[in-house]
Formats: sequence, C-alpha cells, structure tokens
Amino acid sequence: MSYKIYVPCDTTAVSIGADKVATAISQQAQAQGLAIELVRNGSRGLFWLEPMVEVETAQGRVAYGPVRMSDVASLFEAQFLEAGDHPLKLGLTEEIPFLKQQERLTFARVGVIDPLSVSDYAAHGGWAGLRNALTLTQADIVSAVTVSGLRGRGGAAFPAGIKWQTVLTAQGEQKYIVCNADEGDSGTFSDRMLMEGDPFCLIEGMIIAGVAVGATQGYIYLRSEYPRAFTTLKTAIANAKAAGFLGANILNSGKAFELEVRLGAGAYICGEETSLLESLEGKRGQVRAKPPLPAIQGLFGKPTVVNNVITLASVPVILAKGAAFYANYGMGRSRGTLAFQLAGNIKHGGLVEKAFGLSLQALLNDFGGGSRSGKPIRTVQVGGPLGAYVPAEQFHLPLDYEAFAKEEFMIGHGGVVAFDDSVNMAQMAQFAMEFCVEESCGKCTPCRIGSVRGVEVIERIRQGENRAANVELLKDLCDTMINGSLCAMGGMTPFPVLSALKYFPTDFGLNAAPKV
Amino acid sequence: MNTTLEALIQAHRDQAGALLPILHAIQNQLGYVPAEATPLIAKSLNLSRAEVHGVISFYHHFRTTPPGKHTLQICRAESCQSMGSRDLEAHAKAALGIDYHQTTTDGAISLEPVYCLGNCACSPAVRVGDEVQGRMDAAHLDALIAELRQGGVA
Repeated sequence: MSYKIYVPCDTTAVSIGADKVATAISQQAQAQGLAIELVRNGSRGLFWLEPMVEVETAQGRVAYGPVRMSDVASLFEAQFLEAGDHPLKLGLTEEIPFLKQQERLTFARVGVIDPLSVSDYAAHGGWAGLRNALTLTQADIVSAVTVSGLRGRGGAAFPAGIKWQTVLTAQGEQKYIVCNADEGDSGTFSDRMLMEGDPFCLIEGMIIAGVAVGATQGYIYLRSEYPRAFTTLKTAIANAKAAGFLGANILNSGKAFELEVRLGAGAYICGEETSLLESLEGKRGQVRAKPPLPAIQGLFGKPTVVNNVITLASVPVILAKGAAFYANYGMGRSRGTLAFQLAGNIKHGGLVEKAFGLSLQALLNDFGGGSRSGKPIRTVQVGGPLGAYVPAEQFHLPLDYEAFAKEEFMIGHGGVVAFDDSVNMAQMAQFAMEFCVEESCGKCTPCRIGSVRGVEVIERIRQGENRAANVELLKDLCDTMINGSLCAMGGMTPFPVLSALKYFPTDFGLNAAPKV
Repeated sequence: MNTTLEALIQAHRDQAGALLPILHAIQNQLGYVPAEATPLIAKSLNLSRAEVHGVISFYHHFRTTPPGKHTLQICRAESCQSMGSRDLEAHAKAALGIDYHQTTTDGAISLEPVYCLGNCACSPAVRVGDEVQGRMDAAHLDALIAELRQGGVA
C-alpha cells in the first residue's frame, strides 16, 4: 500500500522550508522502504502552520504543522503516515476552525488538489463551468456573470458582467481577454496562491470569458516577482492544451481560445489596467486617458476584457453552480465571497475566503488571533498601499464595498495589513508618498510632482517646522492629487496619508485631530 | 555578444508586443541588458533607440550593468515594515557595506529593494534568485549572506 502525502509548493510555504521538508520525507520514506506518493499541493492558506504536511486517511486528510526538517524523523517514529499522534498533529485538516469557518467557493480546490493535474482538477468539480458555458449562448453566459453580482476583485469593484457585455457588443475582428496578475499591493497574495495552487481555475475562467465575448486570445500579465506562479502557469497551460481545453477547437465545440502568460518587469503601476495594456504591447507602462475604455479599444486597440485573477477564477463556480448560488452569499451590493488576506503583524496570517459582511474585528481576532507581537493592533491598512489606515475604533465595520467607501476606506483586493502600537503613522504616511514617487508612471503632474512635494512636506511636519501651515499645505496637496490625477496611483495615494493624519494626529506632533 | 543578442531577439521578435519578452530573454541569459542591445532591438522591431531605451529605463526589473553573483532583494512594502523590515534593511546595508542598487566590492552580492513579494503572511521577506525566504531577521540574514559569499544557494 502506498501512502499519499501532501507538502505544499506554495511560495510562502517554501519560503519557510516546505521544500526541505518534502525532501526529508522522501528520503526518510525511502530509507525505511515505505512506498509514498508525495503531492506538492497549493497552500490551504494557514500560513502560521506552514509547512503543513497532510496525510490521506480513510477519515480524511490529517494535518501536521508547522513541520521543520528536524521534525521529520520524529513524525515517522510517531507513524504519522497512519495518522499517529505527535505534538504537531492538528487533526483533520477540514476541521481546523480557521478553515472550517470559511466559505471557500473560488478557493475550493486550492491546497486540496495537485495543481498541475488536469484530471485531479476535473475530479474536484473542475471544467463543469466551462462545459455548461459551452451549451449556453454568449448573452446567457454574460447574463449569468451579471446576475451573480460579481464585481472586479482587483480593487475597483466594477461589475464584471457589465464589462463583459460591453466587449460582447463591441465590434472588432479580434478581441482579447487579459488577466491582470500584477498583484503588487502589499498585504495581498490571493492571486499568487490561486495561480500556484489551482491554475486551471483561472484558465477555465479565462476560456469562459473568451467564449462569452468572442475573444480567441488571452494573456495573463504576471508580475516578475512571482517566478513560481510563472512556471506553474506555463506548465498548466501546456497541460490544458494537451487535454483539449485550449486551442483551435475547445472540447470539439468549434470555439477557439489560445492563452499565453507574459511577465511584467517590476512596475507597480502596471496593475492599472491601461498601463498594463501598454506594457503588454511592449511599451513603457504609462497610463492611458479614458475614454476610450479598454472594453472598446484595449489591447492593440481591440475590444478587451481586463479582469483580475480572482474575478476570472470566480467565474467557473458561477457557471457551474448558477448565478443565484453565488449571489446568495454577501451583503448589499457586495455579492459572493472575497478572499481576504491577513498579513503583517498578525498571529494567524493567511487566506480567509468569506462572504462579504463579516466585520474587520471578526477577521482580525476570530481568524487572525490578534497581533503576532502580542501587542494591541493599532491600525490596519486595508486594500494595499493606496488604501486608508483604519483605526481600531472602526474595526466594527462590516467588510462591504459600500460600508467601507462611506468612511473613505477601501476594501480593494482584500489585503489586510496589521500594525501593532509600535508603528509611527507619520512615517507610514511619508512612506505612502515615497512609494508614489518610486512608482508613478510620470504621465500626469499631480502624481509625478505631487508625491515628491508630499514627501517633503510630511518630512517638515515631522520635524516640527511650521507645523500648522504645513498640515494645511499637505491637505491642499492631497486635494490636488485626488482630483487632478489621471489614475488611482496619484488619486489614491492621499488616502493612507489623510487617514493617518485624521486618526493619528499625535504621531505628526499635533495635539488634536485636524479637520480632514 | 552580438551573436547572442541577435539570436535572442530573433527568437522573440515575432511575438505580439515583443519588446518585454526580448528584454527578459536577454537579462535572463546575461544578467543585465547591455548597451549594445538597444540599437539591435530598435532595428529589429523598427523602433527608435530612444523608444527602446525608454522602456528599459522605465521598468525597475531591467538593469543595464552586470549584477553581482547573487542579487539580494529586500521587501520594503508595508506588510514587511510592520514586522521590522526597516531594521532589516539597515542591517543588510551595514553588513554588506553598500546601499541599494550597489554591489559588494568582491562582486558577490547586489542589493536591491523590492515592493512586495506576495509573502505577506510571513513577513519580512527577502528574495535571492527565484527563492523567497520569509520571517527573515538579522541573524538569518547574516547566515544567508555568509552562505551567498561562499557561493551556496540560488
């Protein structure tokens, strides 16, 4: 009998030793003459327990973690292959509360399957959405996405169905599906986890999008900081093609779809959709003025769907289980689930896929377990480097696009970065401007010059130079950037700055909260 | 050198939007994009040299000078800052005796900043070659640097 063991190949799991653990397990099994099948799965997203090793048993998969290379010998002694007791034993994986309390729709297979096995994907519900889509009219596929309420998960939260409808009705001999996999926001890793752990889910979503709007070519624009995802995607695309899911005649449907993955080159701005398109065309990643919308004139001037990884990867489940199934999750106009990412100074960092509507408090405490340092969490930055700093007194807010927007916060791509009380918020505000200096594409003045002046004026405030006047100047500058910038880079860099100033005035050497 | 460059350009020039794939291919092979590449690429893609130069200089990833034997990237983004990356980068600069975008005098290590490696649940993170290492601290970084100097890993 052969034992089936899972050791994640996910970047984060590997960054804390998963490869070494996998090698040690293989060697130990060989030395003991035990037949094992070692699967390198994605991560379940319980990163404080990584490297998490799972063993398949009749009762289900049993987890051990965090496993270090030096624990491997004792695991074998404890007969972990038979689910034996060991201090690192976590019990049945699916029963771990952090995982059990989630609602995994998009991430249903991540960490469960062999990421590169077309058949494993199929055995866990894969390709069902595509098979359904191939029986529907283009308008019906688009309608399902619209009715599901799915909104862009990259950050802008634009209704995906409306974007698809625009491309469907646009005239063009060639149309494109572009996946925005330039996940540059600090505190976010859901795109990476999905691409490394369940790449066929993204591929299936892109094929469905192609069939829906009549696009025959897709591109995944992947950031160069994700080398593992790059390798995984390339292999997955080749495997999908060999199995007939990509190519000139998908599953003998007469429909064609080709897919290619392209690497970015370390420019944060290329996560902005028009800048991304410029970069794909081989140019400097400078933002385009809109209109025209990419849906009308996108890649190489042709109608183009540009969607984030998680948006596209949510499409298969919608087509497989129906729009109503998906729309049944969530609150208000935020339908379905979001893959929240707990990052920074947090005890239980990882991925939490939940329906919209749970509170930040629940996310940080019930799932996150408080800060890693053990000190109180003073603030969290939600939505990446352009997202506001949310103070502890606002942690009661429900995670809902509109509820957040009302307070000038942003959910964005769902990244939540926790900071304990050692953080200096004036320093973080200055960093927001420094980041904009570094990453501005340079096309518009408020962003290119405004960010440089922003660094200078915050520096002066911190040094106590003419403080009241400089705070006024900073607010005025932020107003110019918000209203005068061409895209979200310059237009939203002020949000972390102004929220820091509003909620943490003492860090700037101010006595009371200035009116922001 | 020119033969290598020509071959790499030739291999990718027919792709749609070929410039970035060409630059990646060159840097993968040589470690940087040498000045000689610019006129060759420009001619092949029917672009001006200024356009090619503009693209090379726009992207942080592309470098125009040879890197050290290893490139050590330290994440500067917010998540890593919340777990002490500011101290870590100061430590790295002091230990290596260089600033960002510089290479140690023995040619062993180039130090580069990076904004997010997507490893934010195990901050702070650094990257050497294609390997990311999480939960980095000063002691582990010293060990990593020593290992790199001896020619090990990545």
